[in-house]
Amino acid sequence: MSDTDTDHAVLWTRGLRKHYGQGEGLVRAVDGVDLDVARGETVAVMGPSGCGKSTLLHLLGGLDRPSGGEVWLAGRRIDGIGERALARVRRREVGFVFQAFHLMDELTAVENVELPALLGGRSAGTARRRAVDLLDRVGLADRAGFLPAALSGGQRQRVAIARALSNEPLVLFADEPTGNLDSASTLDVLRLFDHLHEAGQTLVIVTHDARIAATADRLIAMRDGQFVEETRLTGGSTGRLSALVGLEG
Amino acid sequence: MQQEVLLALLAKEPSYGYELRARLRKALGPLGDAMNPGHVYVTLTRLEKAGLVASERPKGSDPGDTPDRPDRKVYQLTADGQQRVAEWLAEVSWPKPDLAEFHLKLIAATTAGLADPLSIVDAQRRELLRRLREAQRAALTEPDGSDAGLLLEGIVLRLQADLRWLEACEQSWTGRRSGS
Repeated sequence: MSDTDTDHAVLWTRGLRKHYGQGEGLVRAVDGVDLDVARGETVAVMGPSGCGKSTLLHLLGGLDRPSGGEVWLAGRRIDGIGERALARVRRREVGFVFQAFHLMDELTAVENVELPALLGGRSAGTARRRAVDLLDRVGLADRAGFLPAALSGGQRQRVAIARALSNEPLVLFADEPTGNLDSASTLDVLRLFDHLHEAGQTLVIVTHDARIAATADRLIAMRDGQFVEETRLTGGSTGRLSALVGLEG
Repeated sequence: MQQEVLLALLAKEPSYGYELRARLRKALGPLGDAMNPGHVYVTLTRLEKAGLVASERPKGSDPGDTPDRPDRKVYQLTADGQQRVAEWLAEVSWPKPDLAEFHLKLIAATTAGLADPLSIVDAQRRELLRRLREAQRAALTEPDGSDAGLLLEGIVLRLQADLRWLEACEQSWTGRRSGS
């Protein structure tokens, strides 16, 4: 690892570990992970359930504390900082998208999206304007006044993504974002992630959905708490698709 | 490309070769880009030799043209051609990826100690993921409800199925390796 790599990385870890229990019952959920995420990069971490990928995401985003190792975000080490400082990182510097959306049922779409900005101390007017912009960006401007119950799964997830973007996060973390979605809604979310990627948003996605993993620049395979393989997906094999549908190249 | 596809495209009405190409391109979207432009004419010539299509030069075309230039001819189905199209439509065919070859490769590599089956699986997965990425990117640029989008969706679903099978291969070969 040279200095040049970390210069370009917005997020990196060294020897990251999270162990639960002890003795015979010791679980090494994350077991010595070195990760470097460049600014604007989309990284997908894939692996079977129980491989530690969700735990890893929680450690990266400050939702959980590691047992050992380091987490650096934008040049600052965050694994050992105090609770209040860590809460501030979560509120201001990262965004989260979960499989189960986690929207507030009694708030409308726009109210859900503006909530983080309001909690972050923005004025009501600023927060609302930004929330309306974000809903427009995810293609849901006409659903601003709807309660989550009146939205489809795909629309709820797009509201959740808009909410995660409301504080302009350095890194957007997504945990199985398409896990609860049908094929058409999955495509909407993929399209949205693609736009975010084009706009320079840094994305870290953990998933076992190959479709979403395939949108990443880089794919990391995780097994038993460790990274076992890394694949760069950019580049590719233009023209080979034709053979798959019975067309000659 | 199956010869029968061109025959079936001619079933509606006699057409120039370039019209057939345009219809193929519309149906295939970005996947049609990989098609060799000359392929349609080569196939038409073969079909004509086989008696499945007949061609004629339309009246009023430039008499200075080389008479057998395929792009100056209008093609139509013969009775045999029509028969062949009907048979083709009734056939059940579904192109299959060569799973058996890959499967045998893993077995042969392991048996002979030539290569680690898991690295063969990894390499295959990398390639499939790249193709999945490519298919998906193409699908995302297609407007809703386009013909080409539907075809790309088919590729995406197949690749997903292949990737799941690779997972099964990986599990099985991991088990055998640690069991041996």
